[in-house]
Amino acid sequence: MKPITANFRSKAAQTLNNAQIQQSIEHVYTGFFKGRLNAAGDTPEWEELRTKGKAIKDHTIAHLDYYLNMLADNVEKNGGIVFFADDAEEARQHIIDLAHKREIKTVIKSKSMVSEEMGLEKAMNAEGFETVETDLGEYIIQLANETPYHLIAPAVHKSRTDVAKLLDDDFKEGDPVPDATELTMMARKKLRGVFERADMSVTGVNFAVAESGSIALVTNEGNGRMSTTVPRVHVAVMGMEKIVPSIQDLSTMLRILIRSATGQRISTYVTMVNEARKTDEEEGPEEFHLVIMNNGRQNLLEDPQMRESLNCIRCGACLNACPVYRKVGGHAYGWVYPGPIGSIVSPVLTGLKDASNLPSASSLCGACHDACPVKINIPRMLLELRWRTAEGSTDKNEQTSSAKERTVWKMWRLGMMGRKRFDIGARLAGLALRPLSRNGWLKKAPPPISGWTSTRDFPLISSGSLKSKLSKRIGRSK
Amino acid sequence: MVDQLAPAVGESTVEVLEHLGVTVQFLDDQTCCGQPAFNSGFRSEALPVATRFIELFERAEGPIVVPSGSCAAMVRNYYGDLFRGDSNMSQRAARVGERLFELTEFVTKFFGTSAISGELNESATYHKCCHLLREIGIDEQPIEMLSNLSGLDMTPLERADVCCGFGGAFSVKMPDISSAILGEKLDFIEATGANTVIAGDTGCVYQMQGGLRRRDSNVKVIHIAEALAKSIRNVDSTGVSN
Repeated sequence: MKPITANFRSKAAQTLNNAQIQQSIEHVYTGFFKGRLNAAGDTPEWEELRTKGKAIKDHTIAHLDYYLNMLADNVEKNGGIVFFADDAEEARQHIIDLAHKREIKTVIKSKSMVSEEMGLEKAMNAEGFETVETDLGEYIIQLANETPYHLIAPAVHKSRTDVAKLLDDDFKEGDPVPDATELTMMARKKLRGVFERADMSVTGVNFAVAESGSIALVTNEGNGRMSTTVPRVHVAVMGMEKIVPSIQDLSTMLRILIRSATGQRISTYVTMVNEARKTDEEEGPEEFHLVIMNNGRQNLLEDPQMRESLNCIRCGACLNACPVYRKVGGHAYGWVYPGPIGSIVSPVLTGLKDASNLPSASSLCGACHDACPVKINIPRMLLELRWRTAEGSTDKNEQTSSAKERTVWKMWRLGMMGRKRFDIGARLAGLALRPLSRNGWLKKAPPPISGWTSTRDFPLISSGSLKSKLSKRIGRSK
Repeated sequence: MVDQLAPAVGESTVEVLEHLGVTVQFLDDQTCCGQPAFNSGFRSEALPVATRFIELFERAEGPIVVPSGSCAAMVRNYYGDLFRGDSNMSQRAARVGERLFELTEFVTKFFGTSAISGELNESATYHKCCHLLREIGIDEQPIEMLSNLSGLDMTPLERADVCCGFGGAFSVKMPDISSAILGEKLDFIEATGANTVIAGDTGCVYQMQGGLRRRDSNVKVIHIAEALAKSIRNVDSTGVSN
């Protein structure tokens, strides 16, 4: 998927003015966010689990080479074929080549954000393979020719009417809107035939277990189970960080992933895949392929200040908690990963220069850090990236701050470095603004605070500083 | 910010502390902890200002009280990042940080949430400012403190722990997003029917008050220091102080 992170501001503005999307997206708070709180509340050892989850991920990422080798060895021991892809293009081409070699006609996909990085569905359709998304949300998005809006709820911004228009061939504006069950049945009917004729599947990986060479998939619709059992070729795709050392670790991670994602204690399906069909077995795919993709993750790994972002298990809890995501929506972020996690990984994976607005698009409220099941300190990394955009290397294309911005902060510093200047600066600002004010408030202020007064009154600088007021009250001191 | 935009918050802080028997000293030379530049990414500009802050407060003794969870978070949680690689300054920053408390945190820790029993005849609701809540860890304590004031009718605020959209420079840099977040907050505030909102950080106070004024609402937003100081004054002036 080609990043369009530079369009953040205009994309955000579109969503802010779209009442229907604002209403639909409320579900991430009322449904997912509240669901996670309830699930955590019902789990007495919740904080222990988070601490344990963070420790597992810290350890795994610190020894990623070791565990990736172990995983690859064990997958191959089980008869699977492992391919390490340096980037999205290499991964995509590998899968397309494989499909050609195996004379594949129909490909079913279950949900995978890594396959979104590859733009796989579009590329395979363009190559002539009938390629269909089978996760309901992803299917809706495919029909709408859009990209996912949310990590776990790709079509969360669509209203029921939107979905009816996509799924119901007879639906006309003004018709009574079918309910969710009816819509799901329509999708089921359309997808059933595709499942039956599919000869290849591409699935994601929620976790790969190094010690056993197995992969785990968490789904609620059964499409993942069908995808891993029906077609003759199964290709699983994963980012190279999606790995845990042992089955015990998997159990911890599943508990926190599912609770954090949907608020469920366990998802409807948890599918484990160890190997393809054995010679004496009658069912299951004939081949199992695992594609492990880098696509910029090495940059995160080698960046001590950003490495923790590789701990992410893609639950979406930070999106649900984020007041900015809930207003600007998923498409504003301009690449595969929206929300707070997107704001820290997109700049590193796709380049900071175009994505420089993403780290700034935060009130630093910390709700993401609070919600993250593995306690990723997202605000700290946003601040790190802001530093790079403000003062970072120009050679590495990090710095995007304007000369004007740099001057404003230089002036600010000069004003803060002495109490006299501080008082004089404030008095001058007060004098300049006073004629524009009424009853101590401004309706319209000049730059740099004109942005504020576009929607809010601004308080006038007080006629006396705290210092001057307190000097009357308590004795002076240095 | 308090010094130039809201000196009443600072005065109220002194009143509250003195009421509790604390001897308050104000360092005349102080300006800012450096957070605005740090949060905007201009660490080289924030660095000398933060260094100045540390040098200044090293010269005073005893606890340092700030009426802002955000400033407290900067000194305690982010000076380490600002002074990364400078072990001497990092240690000095950590020592100053150990002495530094946000106002309601300080009162809770050393005097308890029922130490102030003034009177305030208002109907109010309380907004949980983000940095006080998530960086400093002060959650329900201010509400407990307010529940101790007679005459004060508190209504819980729906989504009290969701950001008001302020975020410092964010409010000016991305005003449309900041205001959309604020809009939701103000809807919940107006739904309480309260005539006063109490909050712990001046930036958030002005964000909400500025938005309410633009809506032509009569709801007032005040800093918790002001609410506490006023409640103390009300009792002192009627002579029923306990």
